[in-house]
Formats: sequence, C-alpha cells, structure tokens
Amino acid sequence: MSGNEIVTDVVIIGAGPVGLFAVFELGLVDLKCHVIDILDRPGGQCAELYPEKPIYDIPAFPEISGQGLTDNLMKQIAPFGAEFHFSQMVTNVERLDDGAFRVTTDADEVFVAKAIVVAAGGGSFQPKRPPVDNVEAYEGKSVFYAVRKMEDFRDQDIVIVGGGDSALDWTLNLQPLARSLTLVHRRDQFRGHADSVNKMRALVEEGKINFITGQLARLEGEDGQLSEVVFKTAGGEIGVPATRLLPFFGLTMKLGPVADWGLDLHDNALIKVDTEKFETSVPGIFAIGDINWYPGKLKLILSGFHEGALMAQAAKRIVHPDQKVIFQYTTSSTNLQKKLGVA
Amino acid sequence: MRIFVTDQNGIEHELEALEGWRVMEVIRDWGLNIKAECGGSCACATCHIFVDPEWQERLNPPTDEEEDMLDSVPDYEANSRLSCQILMREDLDGLRVRLADSARQDEAA
Repeated sequence: MSGNEIVTDVVIIGAGPVGLFAVFELGLVDLKCHVIDILDRPGGQCAELYPEKPIYDIPAFPEISGQGLTDNLMKQIAPFGAEFHFSQMVTNVERLDDGAFRVTTDADEVFVAKAIVVAAGGGSFQPKRPPVDNVEAYEGKSVFYAVRKMEDFRDQDIVIVGGGDSALDWTLNLQPLARSLTLVHRRDQFRGHADSVNKMRALVEEGKINFITGQLARLEGEDGQLSEVVFKTAGGEIGVPATRLLPFFGLTMKLGPVADWGLDLHDNALIKVDTEKFETSVPGIFAIGDINWYPGKLKLILSGFHEGALMAQAAKRIVHPDQKVIFQYTTSSTNLQKKLGVA
Repeated sequence: MRIFVTDQNGIEHELEALEGWRVMEVIRDWGLNIKAECGGSCACATCHIFVDPEWQERLNPPTDEEEDMLDSVPDYEANSRLSCQILMREDLDGLRVRLADSARQDEAA
C-alpha cells in the first residue's frame, strides 16, 4: 500500500460542523487537510440526526437548521480545497520514525500526516443492533444492516424490520427477486414517504409480501445461517422462515477504534485534552468538539469552533516548526483575504 | 420532587427532580447510564425508558414525532417512552421508570 499513500499536513477525522470549521482555521495558517467520515456526506450529527431541526445557539444565526449550518460551512471552507473521504472509518493510527502519523481506514486508504485532528463527535455512526441473543454470530452471513449487493438476496426468504424509508425502500427493491419477503414493524403506521407506503400496501394486498405487526423476539439457525425469525405479536409468537434478516432501526454513535489509539480517556468515553492547544496525551494528535473532555467542557457546537481556532495555531507549529505564526484578522489582512479568494 | 429510576443493572435510584426539567436531563444530571446523543431534540431515541404501567396513563401521550422516533428503538415495549419528551411537573412526583438497554452509553473499556 505504501505506493498509494496520501501525504498531507493534517488529517481530520469527522466531517461534522466542528471538523468542517477546523478546515477553515487550519486553512488560514496554510495547512492542507484531508477529512475522513463514516457517513456518505458532510454534516455529522447535524446531517444524520436532525437535518431539519432548528438550532438556536449558533452566534449570529438566530435560527439555522442542521443542514443549513452544514451547507454554510461547506461554502465557507471551499477556498481551502480540503479533500473528503466519505463512507469510511479510520481504523488505525501509528506514529512513524520521523514523527508523522500513518492513518489507515477500513476502505484501505492510507494517509501520512504531521498532525491529526479527532473531531468525531460521539464516535462513528453504526447501525442499531436488535436486542436478540447471539445476533453477532449471524451478522455478515445472514443478518445485514445494509444491502451492498442485491444479488446476495436473490431467491432468499427475506425478513425486513422497521418503519422508515430504509425498510420501505428495500422492501420494494428486493421483493421482485426474493423467494419470500416479510416486513415487520411495531405498528401499522409508517414514517416513510407516502408513495413508498402505498406501494408497499399494494404488494401486501396482491399477496406478494407479508406484513406483520410485532417485535423481534429471537433468531433460530446454525453457524450464522438463519432458518427462522420469531416475533412477538398481539396474538402471541409468530415464526417466519427466513434466510436473510435486515433490521433497520437507524444509526447510533459508538466510540469505536478511537479507544485503541493510546490516547488518555476520561470516563472511558471521551478524549482528554488541554485547554491551550486542545492536544491529546499524544503530541500531534488533537481532539475538538463533542469527543473531547476538559474541566468545564460543554458539548456545544460553538465550543468546538473555539477549540478548532486554538488547535490550528498549535498544529501550525507542529507542521512547520520553522515558520513564525503571525496572528491576523480576516477583516484587515490582505494575506488572509487572498487565501479566502476575496482580495 | 423525586423520581425513581431503575438502571440497566436492575438497581433502583431515587433522584431529586426539578419542575420543568426533562426526565432525560434529571437522569443524565445524576450520572446514570443514558446516552441521549441528540441532547433532547427527539431525534435519536437513545434516552429510551420503560414507564411503570401505573404511571403510564398520567403522562401526556406521545406526540406523532415521538411515536416516529420510537420506531427506531430496537427494544420497543408497550410502555416505551423517550425520556426527553417527559417534562417534570408536580403531579409526576414519584414517577417510576426503567432505563432501556438501548439507552446505554457504551464505554470503550
């Protein structure tokens, strides 16, 4: 892999609002960034959990949506040409002999950078697991949280659980190639698009799919291969023959591999930093935003912005120890205005 | 005002609550195991609790928005609620709830 390494100044882990604004602050001190995120688009929690919800505590924005904030940040950082690497998770960070870091993702991309900024919020978004015994043994063999290849579902007895758009979309897409398909949801109401709900109900009426109102109770099978999924319903337990199960309960954040990078943690869940540079216990690795901890920490987007500004000053000294850092304002510095493309 | 919260290990805690606080905020403030990752905006379902059946009727029924979010708790039961959507008030003094497994804040260790 060494031939394909991407060499850059800074790798930012997390493309939420704080990771995005870090691109801006690092850009003002001439540092080039690559940004890695497990989601397929920028915005982090703001885009994944509450894109439409108004936020009221961003300075100078009496009201802005999570998506609006993300869009504005993307516009604000555009002059700095950061490169984004989506749908992948950083799995490994190691220090090289020259003091730089090698960062590897689960998509086998390799980066070499002089500094790392962890702006990973609550960690990486992972699918919510159904609370049934032994589900891990089936994952990747007959229980899947996403459809990567539709062919893997041809002529299978498929059970889909959930009531949102993922559950409905995959019900409609997989029905034509399934041997049988059963959709299970806790209630006979769906929060997905009305059009998808109507199409799904039509398939039920035509007898092409089954719909059950109920809750997952347990899995039956052997060696990771499902044979039956059992549901609790108002009328008692119902077993559905199944060779594939797709649970769609949405995503939640897990700290994940960050815990294994040798950084001092607080309460086993947050990364300890100082409040001068927002550097972790490993020099050259910074942590900003919701994932860090220091006395008095508040998990606010605006705190993360402040932390990014101070971090950038410190990162500059690590990447270019020979250069003097001059503090300047964007209102008055022609130098900064050139970087922003406005002078 | 007090609420009684049984944690994921089955231990009951008596917590002092203040009027106008969300039950999620009371639980989080006392340091019990609750993720509440969206911070109370009814957007994540990781503050999931089970309400003691005797108290269920006394709560305001869930809004459509809360019902939609309850679709994404994997361990739903008929007495499932999101604790960020229950505001403390005088007549909820003594409320009994149990933290769901899906509200657990995972730890690195």
